[in-house]
Amino acid sequence: MIVAENLHRAFGAIEAVREVSFRAEDGRITGLLGPNGAGKTTTLRMLYALLQPDRGRVTIDGIDTQRDIQGARRRLGVLPDSRGLYKRLTARENIEYFGRLQGLRGTELVSRTDAVIAALGLGDIEHRRTEGFSQGQRVKTAIARALVHAPQNLLLDEPTNGLDVMATRSLRAFLREQRSAGRCIVFSSHIMQEVAALCDYIVVVAQGRVVASGSAEALREQTGEANLEDAFVKIIGSGEGLMA
Amino acid sequence: MSNPLHGGWWTVFVKEVRENLRDRRALGMALLYGPLFGPILFAMMTSFIIGKQLDDAEKPLALAVIGAERAPNLIDFLSQQGVSVKPPPADPDAAIQAQNEDVILRIPETFAEQWQDGTPARLELLVDESRQQTHAAINRVRGLLERYSSQIARLRLQLRGIDPQLGAPLLIAEHDLSTSQSRGGALLAMLPYFLILCAFLGGMYLAIDATAGERERQSLEALLINPVPPTQIMAGKLAATAVFALASVVNCIIAFMIGLHYIRGDEIGLNLTLAPTSALLVLLLIAPVALLAAAVQTIIASFARSFREAQTYLQFLMIIPAIPSILLVVNPIKAVTWMLATPLLSQSLLINQLARGDDLALLDIALSVSGTLAAALLAALVAVRLYRGERLALAV
Repeated sequence: MIVAENLHRAFGAIEAVREVSFRAEDGRITGLLGPNGAGKTTTLRMLYALLQPDRGRVTIDGIDTQRDIQGARRRLGVLPDSRGLYKRLTARENIEYFGRLQGLRGTELVSRTDAVIAALGLGDIEHRRTEGFSQGQRVKTAIARALVHAPQNLLLDEPTNGLDVMATRSLRAFLREQRSAGRCIVFSSHIMQEVAALCDYIVVVAQGRVVASGSAEALREQTGEANLEDAFVKIIGSGEGLMA
Repeated sequence: MSNPLHGGWWTVFVKEVRENLRDRRALGMALLYGPLFGPILFAMMTSFIIGKQLDDAEKPLALAVIGAERAPNLIDFLSQQGVSVKPPPADPDAAIQAQNEDVILRIPETFAEQWQDGTPARLELLVDESRQQTHAAINRVRGLLERYSSQIARLRLQLRGIDPQLGAPLLIAEHDLSTSQSRGGALLAMLPYFLILCAFLGGMYLAIDATAGERERQSLEALLINPVPPTQIMAGKLAATAVFALASVVNCIIAFMIGLHYIRGDEIGLNLTLAPTSALLVLLLIAPVALLAAAVQTIIASFARSFREAQTYLQFLMIIPAIPSILLVVNPIKAVTWMLATPLLSQSLLINQLARGDDLALLDIALSVSGTLAAALLAALVAVRLYRGERLALAV
């Protein structure tokens, strides 16, 4: 479970995140929806403690990220905005490298690597160097290396960016499996359809603030709009940047 | 984390080494072209110099003489001294200017007459002093003519009953105290430069790949999110860079040992060898430089946004190893204490000494190693702390 309380972060005079609070429960997919520049990536970076919040705090399964950053990170699997691989290493070596950095060794490392390779369907390319991988293969490898230590919590920044329809479908199926296994999943997107198709709980962010949150159903009721798209436009005040 | 190899740095170290062993460009530069560049250039230059000296020493001097028939005794003397006298070219001045002849001796018509009178008999040498490579030939002819002149002078004095020693008030004796090793040392003066250059070349690509490269391929953020302190990550990268630099230095020393073995230095009285014990001493002196180079390169490359940008900076850095060597060539100085503690300068001084066959004082070695090691550790400390803040971690 991930809890964000009153997060605030400025870069110089620019207040990227002004007031973000939400609770991402286990066994649920929580979507961070907002137009480009709304503060989603900055919020996620505070969740995985690459950025320190100016105010507020983040707890991962009850661990305060500012008190025990490494302990919190061991419970996190992160697909950040930048997802470069080591092109002279094979997919498997890329995954094992991150497994070792997470503290896995020996047979545990091998079995966990086997497990994520199977879960993401990377079996036929695991021994190929990642140079020349398709966008889909690269994202899958990046997700696999983020999950190799079987973290309870998953943070994914725009995971479907650049993926084709088939890759997107298989990624959705994978995230639903993770939800069924009781994982806490948070992913950010600026694509409304994406969030609507997958999320149990939606946190709408605009101009650095949480402007609404709830299930798709609750958001429709809250705005009095029958159509989800209209509901979002009403909440944010503009439809700009929300369409695929 | 009782086992130090289980700290994150070891994982990072192993991965960086493995990844860069697969990079032909990095590997070639670190283990092949970098280390071989110095020794090959050195071998070529040295062979050229030795070959030229052997040529000049052995080659019979062919001297064109105008009016040889006017001084048969002089011509006999020259022939006895190994000079083969040949007829002059049609246009002597033009032959010198066209560089067909190094030197031409002209015996004027007045020669015989002046000789009989006992007045100084005039001889003329046609030369082009601006041509360096003719100096050996000119000096040889000049020397022979002076010897002939003083021989005749002694004979004339003796004929008149005067002790010829009166005509030689000075006797100058030169004692050349250079050993064959120290004469070789002048050539070996370039050795420290090539070795230091190697220390800088060996880790360059890895330093860039592990920092600016990691940023450019957008894997830095994912890497830093792992539960490993950034200092451990940077320590692993730095260790890998230093190991490549060190491997480069070792290869360079071995290449020099092999190369020097095949150069025929002894034929011109030069002792050009690098004994195994000296080689180990050289390695001990250069090893801290490898760490220093790795740390400085890592720091600089960390601030670059792209591989190419980092490469530009680090190529500028390559000028630095040349500075002490150039200083010592332009202005050969005797080492004083502060110099022996100065990185790069101390290695240049001490390896030069070693190459000249002198023994190194234990204190001097300790001063050089500890001075450079201190600088290296300071730079390493800066390097491993670079990614602790947010700024470098996020600047993409």
